[in-house]
Amino acid sequence: MRLAAANGQALALGLSPGMTLADARARAPDIRVVVHRPEADAALLKRVLLDFGRFTPMAATDGPDGLALDITGCAHLFGGEDGLVRAVAARAQGVGLAVRLAMAGTPEAARALARFGRGGIHEGEGQSQALRRLPVAALELSDKETQALSRAGLKTLAHLADRPTAPIAARFGAAAATRLNRVLGREDARIRPERPVPLISVDRILVEPITETADVEAVIGDLLIEAMDRLDLRGQGGRAFQVGFFRLDGEVRHITVRTGRPSRDAAAVLRLFRERLAALARPLDPGFGFDQLRLSVPVADRLASRQRGFEPTPPGAEDLGRLVDRLTARLGPEAVSRFEPVASHWPERAVHLSPAALPAREEATWPGPDPADPPLRPLQMFDPPQPVLATAEVPDHPPNRFIWRRVDHRLIRVEGPERIAPEWWRTLKRPLEPTRDYYRVEDQEGRRFWLFRSGFYGEEPAPRWFVHGVFA
Amino acid sequence: MRPDRDIDALRERLKAMETDGCPTDDARFDLGHAEVDRDLGGLATHALHEIYAATTPDATAALGFALGLVQRAAGDRPVVWGVQAMAGLETGQIHGPGLREMGLDPGRVVLVRVKETKDLLATGEEALACGAVGAVLLTAWGESKVLSLTATRRLSMAAGQGRATAILTRLAAQPQPSAAETRWRVRGALSRALEADAPGHPTYAVELLRHRLGAQPNAWTMEWDRERGVFEQGGRNAEHQQSQRPALPGGLVSPAADGSSAARGGAVRRFG
Repeated sequence: MRLAAANGQALALGLSPGMTLADARARAPDIRVVVHRPEADAALLKRVLLDFGRFTPMAATDGPDGLALDITGCAHLFGGEDGLVRAVAARAQGVGLAVRLAMAGTPEAARALARFGRGGIHEGEGQSQALRRLPVAALELSDKETQALSRAGLKTLAHLADRPTAPIAARFGAAAATRLNRVLGREDARIRPERPVPLISVDRILVEPITETADVEAVIGDLLIEAMDRLDLRGQGGRAFQVGFFRLDGEVRHITVRTGRPSRDAAAVLRLFRERLAALARPLDPGFGFDQLRLSVPVADRLASRQRGFEPTPPGAEDLGRLVDRLTARLGPEAVSRFEPVASHWPERAVHLSPAALPAREEATWPGPDPADPPLRPLQMFDPPQPVLATAEVPDHPPNRFIWRRVDHRLIRVEGPERIAPEWWRTLKRPLEPTRDYYRVEDQEGRRFWLFRSGFYGEEPAPRWFVHGVFA
Repeated sequence: MRPDRDIDALRERLKAMETDGCPTDDARFDLGHAEVDRDLGGLATHALHEIYAATTPDATAALGFALGLVQRAAGDRPVVWGVQAMAGLETGQIHGPGLREMGLDPGRVVLVRVKETKDLLATGEEALACGAVGAVLLTAWGESKVLSLTATRRLSMAAGQGRATAILTRLAAQPQPSAAETRWRVRGALSRALEADAPGHPTYAVELLRHRLGAQPNAWTMEWDRERGVFEQGGRNAEHQQSQRPALPGGLVSPAADGSSAARGGAVRRFG
């Protein structure tokens, strides 16, 4: 058994990761040892990452024990870079982590300075001086290559930095040369953040944590106004809006609302959030309060800036979209739907209900009925069809009565059959559902039904009768 | 470029610009049924109308009658249809192609399916008040304390505010006091048979139970004419009238089939 990690005190005693447990015990008999659980570490790191999302939306894990934050354009929110570093350190200490922070021009440089240097904020000349002092191990090449570098007398990055890169690439591979360039800040690579970076993201850091719904809504309202201005500049409207609620104790919750068409209407989107917050299955729990709210716009579409008052907006279309959005936010996307025709003669499949908040398919058309015909498809349909007991004078003849839900329906008008065969090309299911013979029937009370017989007489299984729908 | 489409688009815009295109508050719509329109003078457009299914199996007839009113009242404007889940389970789900067969383009309908009566009412109020829809059809299942006098008053106020028609269909419930402008009870009625004794067009036995402006309770048999979008005299009476018409040459066309096409204003529609 070997040590996987050691804290500051252990390191001071001369223990280091990689040492065998027996050796370690020999040096320091009374050390406390816990079993290394990488998955628990990873889970903790993930939570910290989520929480550190409060500092920047561009955050990613860096190895099993590090986080990389791209803080471009974020520092002013925390009173400059010093303030940001202090805030990050305080947050980390708050959850009991020992951290070393480094801020530099590229992610690799920051990583090298944090892991092989003393950390701190570096920029410009100071940054390259600090980097030059780092050992070649800071390039994190393989052990063999690091050794080879030392043997060649190249101990620090300064030794390498002053040489042309081509021979290094020839001797240690292109990867080593790239690594050197990145660590020295000659080449920049963006970090890959955990969540996709939204187009627009607006933050509000709250000095005093808030718990009241009214306060939360007020903050969201402010953020929305800010975000809408930025969308306006881009000539876009948001299709989805997400609010991140950062709780004082590190819990983070994201809530998203979507709109059917691009929107820049702060009031309308705020209403959506209100409804969404009111209808959450797991209500938003402020705990000791939220200390930061972030509004981001992950999806946006082109929306021309509109000049008001010149051209009358056509009434209806836009308002209907808003109504659909509000109802969807309250009742869920499945509850608010639109009928879409499907080119299929199998009755169950002839229509599809799709969420009304999604854009409609343009090409869809409904087959028009023949003007002289009465309705040939029922207004209401049962899914699945309801079994009934039906009798006909002679097998294969139209039915003359049927019993359904314990009521005897005597049929006085019958039309049919309309034979509908299953769509064998659509299904791999064998055997196929039997062919259906449909009848339009009217009973003595003036109720009109759509009955069908499934299967044929004289075949196995014996035919069965169903009521599939009711005509108006 | 398609010039006819452009012209249509221009017409649409002109229509939108014309302020007198907006219905005034004492707006009324008629049913197209001569006798009913004479008796009632049309129904208030921006108000609540209630339709009860006489028995549970008459649910589809009640919805069919309601759809007729919706089409008379809403014209080409969008329709929101709120349905309580229980109604769908008991009497069948609304079938898109069936809507088309009743004359209402399913593309104009936003279907909202809810579990609770309170959600149904909230949906109705919101949709009515938003001003974007022509009519809101609500289908409630069973007796409910939530559907109180106050709740129906709120619906009719929302209808006035949003200039839309509210139609509340109640299935498996007994008529009770409400703020509705009119209250109806509907059951299915025998249709005029088509050729070879086939079931005919949608036909309803409609009772007017209450009218706020004081029209007397009455009952009619109405047949829905999808092509013209009107209610007509229907059922047995109509059949009786038809039998008095001069006999038709040849036995191929049944009187009913001919009668309906004649009543429908004939050939233009057929090929239209």
